[in-house]
Amino acid sequence: MNISDPVIELRRVSKAFGRQRVLTDIDLAIERGKTTVIIGRSGTGKSVLLKHIVGLLRPDRGEVYFEDQRIDHLSERALTPVRRQISFVFQLNALFDSMSVAENVAFTMTEQRTGRADKRKIQSLVRHCLELVGLSDFEHKRPSELSGGEKKRVAFARAIALDPPPKIILYDEPTAGLDPQRADVVNKLIRHLQHEMNVTGVVVTHDMKSAIEVGDRLLMLWDGRFIADGVPDDLVNSKQAQVRRFLDGIAAPEDLKMLIPSNGR
Amino acid sequence: MPRAKPMALAISRLGERALEMPALFGRFCIFSFWTMTFGPLELISRRGWRHLMPQCFSIGTLSVPVIMLTGAFVGMVLVVQSYSQFDTAGLADRIGVIVNISVASELGPVLAGIMLAGRVGGALAAELGTMNVTEQLLALRSMGCNPVRHLATPRFLACLLLAPILTLYADLLGALGAWAVYTLYYGGESEPYWFYTSQAVEYWDLGTGLVKALFFGGAIGLISCYKGFHCRAGAEGVGRACTEAFVISFIMILVLDFFLNLVINRLYEGIYGFRGLLL
Repeated sequence: MNISDPVIELRRVSKAFGRQRVLTDIDLAIERGKTTVIIGRSGTGKSVLLKHIVGLLRPDRGEVYFEDQRIDHLSERALTPVRRQISFVFQLNALFDSMSVAENVAFTMTEQRTGRADKRKIQSLVRHCLELVGLSDFEHKRPSELSGGEKKRVAFARAIALDPPPKIILYDEPTAGLDPQRADVVNKLIRHLQHEMNVTGVVVTHDMKSAIEVGDRLLMLWDGRFIADGVPDDLVNSKQAQVRRFLDGIAAPEDLKMLIPSNGR
Repeated sequence: MPRAKPMALAISRLGERALEMPALFGRFCIFSFWTMTFGPLELISRRGWRHLMPQCFSIGTLSVPVIMLTGAFVGMVLVVQSYSQFDTAGLADRIGVIVNISVASELGPVLAGIMLAGRVGGALAAELGTMNVTEQLLALRSMGCNPVRHLATPRFLACLLLAPILTLYADLLGALGAWAVYTLYYGGESEPYWFYTSQAVEYWDLGTGLVKALFFGGAIGLISCYKGFHCRAGAEGVGRACTEAFVISFIMILVLDFFLNLVINRLYEGIYGFRGLLL
């Protein structure tokens, strides 16, 4: 897919952990203001790819660009201004247990600023963000008192609670571990945030219902390479064997080999 | 050669471990360097104190009862162990001298350090390890915060600064515990106990104990935070990090104690000569 003004660009990115190759010569351009969804089976390198975008992992080969600035070789300190424009919603939410919901949401802003005037501004922004995710009365609760869906929404509120708002939100398996109803709330929230804040989204998931609902563009990662790229309808109607097996939830014969011993016992 | 295979495997594993050790030590040194480098910056900033104060409470204030109990019982046991020898020699009223010098310069800091390693070291490794496996450390990095500065430095500073204060509590309770057993159980008199103690126990003894405690506290903070930051995934990884944090801290306290004693003795000889032998 040709994109004229990409907000993020990965050029020939490769990554391996020891002898295990995870990403192989990945080229990816993310369109501004749209939600791009990367699908693929578990362990295929989706989360690894996402972590390259925010500099949590460095590629062995290749380049990563954020708004035409190369970021893969920057030091942790030089990456800070870039990271403050990108929010990351982690698969396990990564809420800080020792803090209240409001403190979690305000965390990035509190760490950046001090002073009484800012304190008031932070409090009002926290309230606004919690309202946006439907958790107005949860300010003083602790993460341990919340359900899985509520935790996810607090993670969303924390992701958007930046001043100025984030340009990109990265979602790592946003519906993992949620029941279908809660997953639907999360999907609608991703859509809502995109419309309200015009934020670019990158979603990594293996939940096809979620991918189709939130994605403007879908890519499929298979053994470290993209094997499909298009609008959701293109993928849903794809005849490619690997894509079809993934969509229909049918195991590949090579995956079944380890379950059925060859000697017939 | 069927027999050579396990042997070759064992040698290969030994070689791997041998190569791994310097790398591990190097990683620990880099981690310690950054943790300590951020220390002064944290101490001069309001944000730093905001991070430090809760750690001072959980590491220092909550450790006071257990440290005081340890100090008191060490003093009491020392009196019970040595009273009969002192009494036989007719020197029972000087029992406070040996007990308090031992507590102030050696047993107070070492046992306070060990108690701190047990109570705090494991807890720090568990807390940071859990944050590590639940992606909270990654979350901090993704928000532009340095996890070492944000999490490790305040915990290291709290251990470093509060270990000497906790040792003072252990020393005080050690002296009081010994006095209580000497006067209440053995029927000794208070006045000679405190008189001879004040004559014999020098600021040097107290000071060396506090300097040792400073090193022990720093070592506990660094080792526990490092173990938490680098623990393996899962409950087993966190559990192992806790155990290793305590065991390594414990061993380091003993090793540091030995080398600090060598240095302190040299310093004493350099400053006071052989005054101790002449008097």
